[in-house]
Amino acid sequence: MPTVLATENLDKRFGGIVAASNVSLKVESGARHALIGPNGAGKTTLVNLLTGVLRPSAGRIMFDGRDITDLKPHERVRLGIARTFQINQLFADLTPLETLGVAISERRGSGRDWWRLAGSKHGVMEESIELIERFHLADVMSARTAILPYGKQRLLEIALAFACRPRVLLLDEPAAGVPEAERHEILATVAALPHDVTVLLIEHDMDLVFSFADCISVLVNGALLTEGAPEAIARDPRVRAVYLGEAANV
Amino acid sequence: MSSAPLAPPDAARLVMNRARWRFSEIVFWIAAFATIFLFPGRHLILTEIAILGLFALSLDLILGYAGIISLGQAAFFGFGGYCAGLLAQHQLVTEPALALVIAGVASAALGFVTSFLVLRGSDLTRIMVTLGIALVLRELGNRYDGLTGGTDGLQGIVIDPLFGQFRFDIFGHTAYAYSLAVLFILFLLARRIVNSPFGLSLRAVKGNPLRASAIGISVNGRLVAVYTIAAGYAGVAGALLTQTTQFASLDMFSFERSADVLLMLIIGGTGYLYGGVFGALIFKLMQDWLASLTPQYWQFWIGLVLVVIVLVGRERLEPLRGAIRKRILRLRPRKTAA
Amino acid sequence: MLTILFDGIAYGMLLFVLACGLAVTLGLMNFVNLAHGAFAMAGGYVAFIAVNRFGVPFLLGLPVAFLAAALIGILLEQTLYVHVYRKNHLDQVLFSIGLVFMAVAAVDYTMGSSQVFIAVPDYLKGQFNVFGVGIGKYRLLIIVICGLLTAALQFVLSYTRFGSRLRAAVDDARVARGLGINVSAVFATTFAVGSGLAGLGGALGAEILGLDPQFPLKFMIYFLIVVTVGGTSSITGPFLASIVLGIADVAGKYYVPKLGAFAIYTVMIVVLIWRPQGLFARGTAK
Repeated sequence: MPTVLATENLDKRFGGIVAASNVSLKVESGARHALIGPNGAGKTTLVNLLTGVLRPSAGRIMFDGRDITDLKPHERVRLGIARTFQINQLFADLTPLETLGVAISERRGSGRDWWRLAGSKHGVMEESIELIERFHLADVMSARTAILPYGKQRLLEIALAFACRPRVLLLDEPAAGVPEAERHEILATVAALPHDVTVLLIEHDMDLVFSFADCISVLVNGALLTEGAPEAIARDPRVRAVYLGEAANV
Repeated sequence: MSSAPLAPPDAARLVMNRARWRFSEIVFWIAAFATIFLFPGRHLILTEIAILGLFALSLDLILGYAGIISLGQAAFFGFGGYCAGLLAQHQLVTEPALALVIAGVASAALGFVTSFLVLRGSDLTRIMVTLGIALVLRELGNRYDGLTGGTDGLQGIVIDPLFGQFRFDIFGHTAYAYSLAVLFILFLLARRIVNSPFGLSLRAVKGNPLRASAIGISVNGRLVAVYTIAAGYAGVAGALLTQTTQFASLDMFSFERSADVLLMLIIGGTGYLYGGVFGALIFKLMQDWLASLTPQYWQFWIGLVLVVIVLVGRERLEPLRGAIRKRILRLRPRKTAA
Repeated sequence: MLTILFDGIAYGMLLFVLACGLAVTLGLMNFVNLAHGAFAMAGGYVAFIAVNRFGVPFLLGLPVAFLAAALIGILLEQTLYVHVYRKNHLDQVLFSIGLVFMAVAAVDYTMGSSQVFIAVPDYLKGQFNVFGVGIGKYRLLIIVICGLLTAALQFVLSYTRFGSRLRAAVDDARVARGLGINVSAVFATTFAVGSGLAGLGGALGAEILGLDPQFPLKFMIYFLIVVTVGGTSSITGPFLASIVLGIADVAGKYYVPKLGAFAIYTVMIVVLIWRPQGLFARGTAK
């Protein structure tokens, strides 16, 4: 399986704080790759580096063999990398339909059209509706995002990343903060993602990780501790040691 | 539990609902044009209101729709004004409408060039930079007084009849119809832009620039575009002022201008395009009334209004504004005080 | 040329004394106070009244200006400013613009719109001639007074308990409060002192900068430049920025009179492009 996303000796320092240290991560095409580690290990920082929100202090990021280290976030999206945020980052005053429409238009190259009304392109509307249905947002599609219940917002958060039709999807704790009752909807949606999309998942919920992932990387204090198949990771004493004392469901 | 998925045209209708022409809007514009015939004696002040409304609209585009705080929108106002003035003074372009377009395009170009300064940094940096640009232009105007007339202003401007037919008379009839028409056309354009995919993406950028760039939108590109458009609008407003008053002066670049237009927009409300026009109307009426009370020191009361608005809270204004909005748009045609 | 350097330094130090209060206000409470120049104007006019109308000796007029401006500062801070701290930047800008308009109009009404001149005593007029360099006596006084003030400020900041409380509060107000530091009191005091210094600067600078009701508007941009270029995390930043700007402005106006005022604006724009957080800032953009 070819590597679709990789980092080479990635470093990130904030003054004296080392957020990422010599991280060389490889994500195979089509993989269900999970990134785990204790709080503060630098998982979100890594995602920020991969998406271009942060610039690395050293090292390179490769996408499909191409060096994307110097590309801006929106340029990386165009190449096919999309992400969700740990804390919902949505457009409070837009409706889900509009939100998805913005992303889809942008992807299709009609996001800068200033002469026609938004919503007038049927292709965009079709895609939006398809995503709305897929992510169970039909009953709230015309409501202001700000007033949606948290679970729905979380679904929109993922749907939005999906609207970019990414080749690589970075999910940052997709089920975080979601009430128990609504978690299964999120988890089912994540599990139902098609296999031509590579997924890198950050999660604390070990049930989700072990049921979903085919490859797990463990990040501790900004560095990769170990990497491998779920069974190997589960048995690894170092991983156990790192999680000892954590209220995780291992 | 599941209903049949929505058909694209119905979904489209939901999205395009925002852009529907409301009855009150149509009434408003009919009333506005009616004032041409109903208040022939007030055309001079109405022209000022229309011009200030356009100027405030330009600020709404960047403040209300893109979230850029600018204390220097007057830079483009003055630049457009002087462009139009110089074109007329040196008889380079005699058709006022054409000169207006040229001034607008030139101001937009200036906006484009300076937009890059506004992209970086925090709110404070933007305030500084926009203020600085306006001041630099004012200084330039002062130094090159051979060209601009310096503190005396641009003298001897003669504006030819509009379209060769309509003379600019001293009562301001032509001026008002002209200004109102320009305001309306540019308003329509702004309305279309704001409700387009571009406008929607602007709203996304303003609401959450981080997420906007995470879905592939070039935030800087959008900001540059809207800043350029807004600069063009401000330039047209300035050109209108020069053409209708046959005079241009350096105070068109002044900080007071930028502050006044900001106040107008705050009073009228940002982000729905009509705030600028309403704000200009209220501001001008207020200014007129205050000036009749204390001719020289009305600036004091303007300052007081600003302080009170902030202390009371801008959000609290909303119900009041909504009520005023309804009253203005319902009663016909009693728009200005006797 | 040395005279220009000397004049530039005097101008710069004056700018510093005028602007340092604004720097601390911005750094401490993240508050954009465009009305800062109004306190300078207040101090200047109080000194004018004291010296010209009541015959107070010039050097005594300066502390009077300081006290008057500080009093006005603390009054306004406690009654009005406290309500505006938590509001967003746009509201703060609107508020302070409103205050400036009120101040300008009020002074115009009470004192007239023409420029006023504080009576400078004879021993401060003229210059010394040191090795062929003309050293203006008044400007020398400015350098001396401002230098002493700067040193005092640096001393207070670095060696006193209040200074460390202030620095803590600037660094992170929430943590400072958590440590038991009365941040509100620190800020009120700092605001008063900053306004007082502005008032002193206004009185001192009347001779060089010109004192009229438009003063706060004319010089607002200068103070903002000092603060933006110099950053808000220390005293040295604004100090150096002021000196640089003072020299640039004086030299610019002397050597290239047509475009003199540009020196300052150009420097500002260049710096802001290069480093949006200011030349000496910590690197955290607020």
